[in-house]
Amino acid sequence: MTHRIKYNLWLFLLLAFGLFLPKTAFASSEEHKGEINVSEFVLEHLADSYEWHITTWGNHHVSIPLPVIVKGETSGWHIFSSERIKEAAKEGKDYQGFFFSPQHHNKVYERLPNGEVVKPWDISITKNVIEIWLVVIILLTIFLTCARWYKKHDSVRQEAPKGFVGMMEMLVMAIHDDVIKSSIGEKLYRRYAPYLLTVFFFIFTNNLLGLIPIFPGGANVTGNINITLFLAVGTMLMVNLFGNKEYWKEILWPNVPLWLKIPPVMPVIEIFGIFTKPFALMIRLFANMMAGHAIILSFTFVIFMTWQISTTMGSIFTVFSSLLMIFLNCLELLVAFLQAYVFTLLSSVFIGLSLPEHHED
Amino acid sequence: MNLPSILTPDFGLLFWMLVAFVALFLLLAKFGFPAITNAVEARKNFIDESLQNARAANEKLAGIQAESEKVLREAREKQAEILKEAAETRNAIVAEAKSQAAEEGAKLLAEAKKQIQVEKANALLDIRSQVADISMQVAEKLMGRELEKSEAQTSYINDILDDVERK
Repeated sequence: MTHRIKYNLWLFLLLAFGLFLPKTAFASSEEHKGEINVSEFVLEHLADSYEWHITTWGNHHVSIPLPVIVKGETSGWHIFSSERIKEAAKEGKDYQGFFFSPQHHNKVYERLPNGEVVKPWDISITKNVIEIWLVVIILLTIFLTCARWYKKHDSVRQEAPKGFVGMMEMLVMAIHDDVIKSSIGEKLYRRYAPYLLTVFFFIFTNNLLGLIPIFPGGANVTGNINITLFLAVGTMLMVNLFGNKEYWKEILWPNVPLWLKIPPVMPVIEIFGIFTKPFALMIRLFANMMAGHAIILSFTFVIFMTWQISTTMGSIFTVFSSLLMIFLNCLELLVAFLQAYVFTLLSSVFIGLSLPEHHED
Repeated sequence: MNLPSILTPDFGLLFWMLVAFVALFLLLAKFGFPAITNAVEARKNFIDESLQNARAANEKLAGIQAESEKVLREAREKQAEILKEAAETRNAIVAEAKSQAAEEGAKLLAEAKKQIQVEKANALLDIRSQVADISMQVAEKLMGRELEKSEAQTSYINDILDDVERK
C-alpha cells in the first residue's frame, strides 16, 4: 500500500515538474541574464558536433577536437582539426575558406573568393561518427570473442557457454527465436536474422552508450534523425526487395471488390503504406531516444538554473532533480532495450508481412 | 526554416553510418551471429535427438523386460509340465513293476504248486509201491509162503489201495 502511495507521489511530482518547469525556466532566464535558454541548451547537447566536449572547468572548455574532412568547391579535399577553424574564428578569419556557420547549426561552410557561402561535401569524423565506430568496435569485440569461444569448445555435445558468452547467447537467442523467427516464420527467417540482429545490437548499444554522461558515452546517436532514417530505409529495402509475388499482388491488385481497384484507391493507399511503415519506425526510435535525452538534460539544466535564482531554490531543486534523474535513468535503461526491441520486432513483422503465403479465396 | 540540427539531414553522418553499419553487418553476419545461432540450433537438435534416443532405449528396455518375464513364465510352465510328466512316468513304471512282480510271483507260486503236486504224486506213487511191497510181505508171512511177485498181484493190490483211498 505504501509503495503504491509513493509511486503515485512520484508520478504526481513528475507531472508537476513536466508541466511547470519549462515556463519557470524561460521566465527566470529572461528575468535574470536572459542568456540561457532551455531548448537551446538541450538541443545543443543533443546535436552532433565537430568536437567532443568533456567538461568545463571554470571558463575553460575541455574538449577533444575531431577531424574535419571537407571537399572545397575548387580546392579539393581537406583534412584538418576542428581546432583550426576555432582558432581562426577567434581572430575573425576563415580557415582555408572554411568556417562554422551559426545559421546552419554551426556546420562547416565554405566562403568562396567571390563572397558566396556554399555547403561543401562534408564527411567529417564528428562526435556521432566516433560513437558509431565505437559501437562497431564494441560489438565486433563482443561477438568475435563469443564466436571464438564456440570455435574452441564443443558447445553442441560437451558444454553450453557460461558467464558472459552465456549471457550473450541468451540475448541473441531471445531476439533470434522470439522476435525474428516468430515474426517472419520458420521457413525464411534465416535470410534476415543476421541483419535484424545487427540492427538490434547496434541500436541497443548506442542507446546504452548514450545514457553514460561522460566520455566516451553520451552522444545522441539514435536520437538523430539521420541514423533512424538509415535504419528505417534498411528495413524498407529488406521488406520491398525480398517481398514475394503475393506481397506485390496484395499491394497492386488486392482481393477487394473491383470498384475499389479501378480508380486505384486501394493500390494508392497500399503504396503509401510502403513508405509510412518505415517512416513510423524512423520517427518512433528518434522521438523516444531524443525525448529521453532531452528530459534528463532538462532536469540537469534545472539545477543550474535554480541556483542562479537563489541558494534555497537551488538546494531544493538539486535534491528533487537528482532523485528524478535517478528514476529517469532507470526508465531510460528500460527504454534503451525496449526501443531496440520494438524496432527489431516491427522490422521483423513488416518483413513477415512481405512474405505472405499464397492463399486462394 | 531552422529545424533543430538533430532533425536536419546530414550527408556526412549518413555516409559514415552507411560505411560503419555495412562493415559491422558484413562482419557480424559472416563471423559473429552464425557461430552462436548455429551452435545453439545444433545443440537443440542434439538434445532433441538424445531425448528421442533415450525414449527409444526406454521402450526397448521395457520390451526386453516383458520378454524376459514371458520367457521366465514359459520356463516355469514347462518345468511344471516336465515335473508332472515325470511323476506320471514314475507312477506308471512303479505300477507296471508291481503288476509284473505280482505276475511273476503268481507264476512262481503256480510252478511251485505244480512241483509240489508232482512231488506229492511221486511220493504217493512211492508210498503206494512201498505199501504194496509191505502188504505183500505181510500177506507172505501170513500165508507162510512166498507169493509170486506177479503183475496180476500188483494190480490187484493197487485196486485194493484205490479202494482204501476212496474210502
